[in-house]
Amino acid sequence: MLTLTPTELDIVTLSIKIACWSTLGSVPVAMALAMVLARTQFFGKALLDGAVHLPLVLPPVVIGYVLLLALGRQGIIGEFLETHFGIVFAFRWTGAALASALMGLPLAVRAIRQSIESVDPRVEAAAHTLGANRLWVFCTITLPLILPGVLNGAVLAFARSLGEFGATITFVSNIPGETQSLPLAIYSLTQSPGGDAQALRLCGMSIILSLGALIFSEYLSRKLKQRIYGHA
Amino acid sequence: MLELELTHVIDAFNLRLSLRAGTGITALFGRSGCGKTTALNLIAGLLTPRSGRIVLNSRVLFDSTTHLYVPAHQRRIGYVFQDARLFAHLSVQQNLRYGQLFNRHTPSLIPFDDVVALLDLAGLLHRRPHHLSGGEAQRVAIGRALLSQPELLLMDEPLSALDAHRRGEILYYIERLRDEIRLPIVYVSHAIEEVVRLADQMVLLSDGAIAASGPVREVMSRIELRRMVGRYEGGAVIEATVRTQDLASGLAHLAFDGGLLRVPDVDALVGASVRVRIRARDVSIALSAPAGISMLNCLAGRITEISDESGTSVDVRIEVGQTAVIARVTRYSVSQLGLHVGQSVFALIKAVSLDRHSTGFV
Repeated sequence: MLTLTPTELDIVTLSIKIACWSTLGSVPVAMALAMVLARTQFFGKALLDGAVHLPLVLPPVVIGYVLLLALGRQGIIGEFLETHFGIVFAFRWTGAALASALMGLPLAVRAIRQSIESVDPRVEAAAHTLGANRLWVFCTITLPLILPGVLNGAVLAFARSLGEFGATITFVSNIPGETQSLPLAIYSLTQSPGGDAQALRLCGMSIILSLGALIFSEYLSRKLKQRIYGHA
Repeated sequence: MLELELTHVIDAFNLRLSLRAGTGITALFGRSGCGKTTALNLIAGLLTPRSGRIVLNSRVLFDSTTHLYVPAHQRRIGYVFQDARLFAHLSVQQNLRYGQLFNRHTPSLIPFDDVVALLDLAGLLHRRPHHLSGGEAQRVAIGRALLSQPELLLMDEPLSALDAHRRGEILYYIERLRDEIRLPIVYVSHAIEEVVRLADQMVLLSDGAIAASGPVREVMSRIELRRMVGRYEGGAVIEATVRTQDLASGLAHLAFDGGLLRVPDVDALVGASVRVRIRARDVSIALSAPAGISMLNCLAGRITEISDESGTSVDVRIEVGQTAVIARVTRYSVSQLGLHVGQSVFALIKAVSLDRHSTGFV
């Protein structure tokens, strides 16, 4: 029970790989979006805000299908990327990472935006008068203060990515060893006769992974807040 | 030396300001909402004026005619805010050294150890901002601003967020700072006692415009400005030297060109220069020197001005030697005593009304 078969190990490592890359990709974008949404006013801000939240409310299948149309080998962007840069998303694990990054984006943006809004801009103004330009103020004041929020957003995106199913299976299909992450593998097993026991083992793995990520983030964020505010 | 001339508009509020501030404290005084903090933000570069010119030590920081604008982080202007605004994720020491990150190439005219000694920060260095009291946090904020090696220090009501006890503590540190570090300081306040105690020059702001400016003593002796200074706290300021300290009675004898003033609890050595604010409401007028009275201070002078405001009370300016004293009496008393300009009278002042809050050191 406690040892994984080579196939199971492959599925778990692939899932973690996809989740890591999708988190790495989505967090910087989420930070930029959160900064824009929290700090600036412009015409059409409500539209951007809505667009960022779309993956949260749309059926994942829709996102997956749009991705397939745009980034598939015959898609406008997909064809361009393949001929000029040799980058292919369709039916590759990179596509799975992209799909789950998009699905996790609103969660990360929400968490980071909240932490940016709790930073007092007057404290940043104080740093400004002490000689720090905008970039330095961001690196030395804003970023350290929002770090717990960024971490929180990253873990949410990571956990969301581990659970991503609909957009992934639509965009990159269910290819063992390439795009078959945990949820997709579980789905396949439940569809084949006699796969129940194995499906259950993978479900257990899924729970352990997600719970582990959440507990780890809770621990880290408590540490960070303790450093900043002296209490959790 | 800071020189500026500027106008600014926020919503429907107009601010017109012209100012020269040299070494020492220049107080910007006025009621809440008269534009004091806006003025500081304009000087610091946190706001951009509509038009005008700001020059600091012959370095032009802003000029609307040539579209010159030096951003806040290059102005070398220290800013102490109402609330300390310390960086919560850094220790006190890191807060203090924050400005050093950005001015490695400028000579340290104000060394770290001096600031720590001046503001008694040695015991706080390894603490975190949330473990500091309000007064301690404000001291760290002052130190942090000084250590950014500024050419000008702005202070925006640094005492207003503190209780009375802490206020006295910080006042003492600001006095030390004023006397030990030769720096122009622009100090914003709506509390006249702070202005009298700390400032050399004062600028009276009212509705976004300068109503009066000059040496504190001069501005405070003008009775037409009393309405803006505040009826309760307003009054003349006398500059005097401590002649004797009578330990038995606890009274200090202060000599000024109009005579002698006896004041309790003056923490100054004989020979020191002090500044005493005499609230107009604490001064009475007598036509002849009274006998058998508890009021210790009886100054002979001459009436030079009687305010013509309407109302039941009237301000009377009495010149005692070269110094003005203002008395606030009822209109009834003025007619009863037949007070008029040119008349010789005696100004009576209770010694106990001249408390610690009314004296400052020059």
